[in-house]
Amino acid sequence: MERIPILKMGKFLIVSIQVDMHDELALALQEDLAEQIVKTRAKGVLIDISSLNLVDSFTARILGNMTAMARLLDAETLVVGMRPAVAMTLVELGVSLRGIRTAGNAEKGMALLEAIVAQQAKSNAPKST
Amino acid sequence: MPPKVRDTFTVRSDHDVVTVRQKARQLATELGFSLVNQTKLVTAVSELARNMVVWGGGGTVRMEIVKNGALQGVRLTFEDHGRGIPDIEQAMKDGYSGGSGLGLGLGGAKRLVDEFDIVSRVGKGTRVTITRWK
Repeated sequence: MERIPILKMGKFLIVSIQVDMHDELALALQEDLAEQIVKTRAKGVLIDISSLNLVDSFTARILGNMTAMARLLDAETLVVGMRPAVAMTLVELGVSLRGIRTAGNAEKGMALLEAIVAQQAKSNAPKST
Repeated sequence: MPPKVRDTFTVRSDHDVVTVRQKARQLATELGFSLVNQTKLVTAVSELARNMVVWGGGGTVRMEIVKNGALQGVRLTFEDHGRGIPDIEQAMKDGYSGGSGLGLGLGGAKRLVDEFDIVSRVGKGTRVTITRWK
């Protein structure tokens, strides 16, 4: 079956959605991502949607699910590269994507993800006496 | 002048949903829709086509070019012979969900187009017609 590839880069996983996903493919991605987060112990996930010219309520729900699921598995998620026309449409559709962190492009997203993960590592580290 | 029917598609699966929204995009592009208007139309098409697959057991989508004076637009008619919607007013509300998605299918789709019409009969099916002007 067709699958969206998930790449590992250091502590992070990178997902770049380059095709117009049908629902089954989006659900498969959700499952694969959960599996890969556990397998690789990734601390962050970058989801690039710059190729998507459409995000409907189903795709939005999948993005929200992936973010929530990653958080439960101790990984932060960033969605990057949303097109302006897609953002305008989502607002009118009534989808706020609450709880989803975004960045303009992959480079900014990666920097932000590094910063978030570093901050978390610091606050989780045992205090020196 | 009667509207010019461009195409009729059978929509039975989530793959067909992708095909029909791509066809709608193609038509909107041909007519010179702005990128934002294309995106709004195509997103509405995706919501309604999915509804039809999930709730109506599939159906047909008719796509046509409509004119009103100098105005040009795209009209799509989604027709299924599924269970129908008992309370349309309720179904149009955000948060109403048939299962998948955020329950924004109908209400959300209405906000993305210029004209929206829905006729449904329980046990007979549902017909939704949307028009987006250029």
